[in-house]
Amino acid sequence: MTQEKRNRPLDDCADWTFNLLEQYQAEIERVAKHYRLDTYTNQIEVITTEQMMDAYASVGMPIGYNHWTFGKKFIQTEQTYKRGRMGLAYEIVINSNPCISYLMEENTMPMQALVMAHACYGHNSFFKNNYLFKTWTDADSIIDYLLFAKKYIADCEHKYGIDEVEATLDACHALMNHGVDRYKRPQKLSLDEELKRQKDREEYMQSQVNTLWRTLPKSPDKTNDKSITFPAEPQENILYFIEKNAPLLKSWQREIVRIVRKISQYFYPQKQTQVMNEGWACFWHYTILNHLYDEGLVTNKFMLEFLHNHTNVVAQPEYNSPYYSGINPYALGFNMFMDIRRICENPTDEDREWFPEIAGSNWLDTLHFAMESFKDESFISQYLSPKLIRDFKLFHINDNEDKNYLEVAAIHNEQGYQKIRTMLSSQYNLSNLEVNIQVINADINGDRSLTLRYIPQNNVPLGDSKNEVLKHLHHLWQFDVKLVQADDQGKDMVIAACPSFKEQND
Amino acid sequence: MANFIDRRLNGKNKSMVNRQRFLRRYKSQIKKSLSDAINKRGVTDVSSGENIIIPKKDLSEPFFHQGDGGNRNRVLPGNDQFTTGDHLPRPKGQQGQGGGEGEASDSGEGDDDFVFSISKEEYLNLLFEDLELPNLEKKQLDKLIEYKTVRTGYCADGVPSNIDIVKSLQGSIARRIAMTACKRRELKKLKERLTQLEQDNVDNISEIKDLNKQIKALEIKIAKVPFIDTFDLRFRNYAKQAVPTSKAVMFCLMDVSGSMDQATKDIAKRFYILLYLFLTRTYKAIDVVYIRHHTQAKEVDEQEFFYSQETGGTIASSALELMAKIIDERYHTSDWNIYGAQASDGDNWADDSPRCGELLNNKILPQSRYFSYIEITQRAHQTLWHQYTKVAESNAHFAMRHIKSVDDIYPVFRDLFKKNTSQAA
Repeated sequence: MTQEKRNRPLDDCADWTFNLLEQYQAEIERVAKHYRLDTYTNQIEVITTEQMMDAYASVGMPIGYNHWTFGKKFIQTEQTYKRGRMGLAYEIVINSNPCISYLMEENTMPMQALVMAHACYGHNSFFKNNYLFKTWTDADSIIDYLLFAKKYIADCEHKYGIDEVEATLDACHALMNHGVDRYKRPQKLSLDEELKRQKDREEYMQSQVNTLWRTLPKSPDKTNDKSITFPAEPQENILYFIEKNAPLLKSWQREIVRIVRKISQYFYPQKQTQVMNEGWACFWHYTILNHLYDEGLVTNKFMLEFLHNHTNVVAQPEYNSPYYSGINPYALGFNMFMDIRRICENPTDEDREWFPEIAGSNWLDTLHFAMESFKDESFISQYLSPKLIRDFKLFHINDNEDKNYLEVAAIHNEQGYQKIRTMLSSQYNLSNLEVNIQVINADINGDRSLTLRYIPQNNVPLGDSKNEVLKHLHHLWQFDVKLVQADDQGKDMVIAACPSFKEQND
Repeated sequence: MANFIDRRLNGKNKSMVNRQRFLRRYKSQIKKSLSDAINKRGVTDVSSGENIIIPKKDLSEPFFHQGDGGNRNRVLPGNDQFTTGDHLPRPKGQQGQGGGEGEASDSGEGDDDFVFSISKEEYLNLLFEDLELPNLEKKQLDKLIEYKTVRTGYCADGVPSNIDIVKSLQGSIARRIAMTACKRRELKKLKERLTQLEQDNVDNISEIKDLNKQIKALEIKIAKVPFIDTFDLRFRNYAKQAVPTSKAVMFCLMDVSGSMDQATKDIAKRFYILLYLFLTRTYKAIDVVYIRHHTQAKEVDEQEFFYSQETGGTIASSALELMAKIIDERYHTSDWNIYGAQASDGDNWADDSPRCGELLNNKILPQSRYFSYIEITQRAHQTLWHQYTKVAESNAHFAMRHIKSVDDIYPVFRDLFKKNTSQAA
């Protein structure tokens, strides 16, 4: 920090102006380039508090279709904000090209600089370079798609009435988490976008034809064998299955199912990279602004305000603190990236033992590689170091229903490191968080009932909402729907059905 | 590599549509919450919106999630006392300290109610939605007419004090120009001829003399056009314009005898609130007069009106008399729109009921815009009701309804005003 202050510092007054924003932006961009941050073009939008709450409510979609749930979220946000229970995020950033970041009008100049470094260079470069985002989302077309979706749904409301559309959307939202192909990667989106769209249309037409077939008695579809199950293999993408196979859905409903599915897929990588994404962004706002400070471009006053906010963001309350609400992804991510840098630059013997590949390597290369090639789960299992486990004082608790106590299975000591790392990593494994439900049979030649199977993980039962969700599924499928779970003998037991057994109708 | 865009100016209320969708979807719950809230309000408190409470479970959007139980593992930060192998009691209430990220929110949904506020406008709209108020406003609230003198341009006659000098002089100039135009044109021609002749070498004395004579005559004619004429005068015109008064007084009459319990009063209170809110949409200033009665009537404040208990018999006419007296003393019918709302459980001293009908017919109804009577009772109607039925037959602006429970309020209120609509139309 004792470098000679060769530069005249930028104005650090609290009030920002567009002129000042541009000056800071230019400096931040210069430093970001210096650290090889590769970003989409930035589009920085200054918005008001209300607009920020609106962005919150639409779960980060810059253009959202109309639905009551967004209204509810807006009201919730507004309520908690007005009561001072919650501060608004300083920024929201959209994974699109150009990358849209929202800055709140109320932020002070140092905050705006922090936000720009954080969102416009941190998140932005993450969106552009992380493998999940590269394979799953298409930053170039998302805005167009959302625009299309909004218009399409508005048109549907006009044609078929708000209630109809709302019911369909409700049903889709209930199944939104089951609208993603988890294992089968989508086709290279950016590669042949136009072609794909065309193909979608074809598929869509085809599905219409399929539906037609199915509604004919004794359908010749898949004729070979009557006893064959349909689908041939269990399908985990329930929404996709519905879109293509639900017998009585109208074409506009299929399109709505598709829209929800697409949006769900768009957010799928974000769910899996929260720690990394936030950690990466925090690491870079911290590093970039400190770099500017070392160059003498920002003042002490600026740094104090910045550090104050930064510290708040990356604080990790302890398990028994009233503020504790799980592990703070900002804290974990930021500390992990800082730790990786430390391991590269000043490795200890322990680090050399645990991380022989990266100890002493070029930190910037290593960091970029880590950011590009992992998701939370693999990132933690790859890079969580014993030192960090000690710093966080992590401990592992096993909560087994069969026992009447909780057991501390591992703590931050030599024997515990591996176990804690594995457990923390699996805590971010989406398949441990989201339930595994698959379509196993649609009785195409019989009563058209749909059967799904729940496969429990670690004997965790399905939550109470299952009946409600099945009602929504029934709304889309329009014939009997039932959910089964294998019992101890491996025999499928029905755990939920719609319509429920006593009110079975034809 | 960055573009700045100032979005602050566009799209306020971008989420308004979604908010409306939300209100639309939860209308029934919101209405329920509203009718709970109405009890806590003062009658005249309409300036604020309302807090709406909806049970959270009604709002939740279901999705498949893990339930409680099974074999779970959690990693937590900040170990201060544990070592491997420690056994600890399971925290009560299952959710306890919550788990890692996703888990806590999955199963640990709190059962707090969802509370939010709606604006005054939304509040009123929801409250009066069934009443189709806009129509009602136009059609049935025939208000008292007051006249106001306003300037309405100019007219040709009036009293001298109203002469508008500028307009009059403008008229004068115009008239003079119009009346002398052709003479001036002639004059100009003659003068030109004269100069021509004068410059001529040939002697034209007789012609010049003649010309001079003509010019003189013309000039005299021009001069004779009067500077101002009665025709020019313009007077400021005033006209009387009908202005509906924006003042109204609402009389709340209530029986507070022993037979009226608090529940009955609450029903009555809601009715008054509705009426008051209804009136606020039409009138700027509203006075509310609370008259309570048992055997004697008394003017009281709101608090006492609703919440103090009295015992004794019931003489309803005392309240009507007091109302008539107050109207005479304070609310002159030419200035005030008078509304009355009477609530009772139907009990009245039998001999008094005819007197009530008489009072209404002769004194109160002629002076009132509207008078409504609601009877809140589970029992059979008594004399007062029968008397009032007679009154209602002969008076269009008198309405009466029977209310059994809180649920009846909206329909009855709606009913009361609907009836009037059809009659007024």
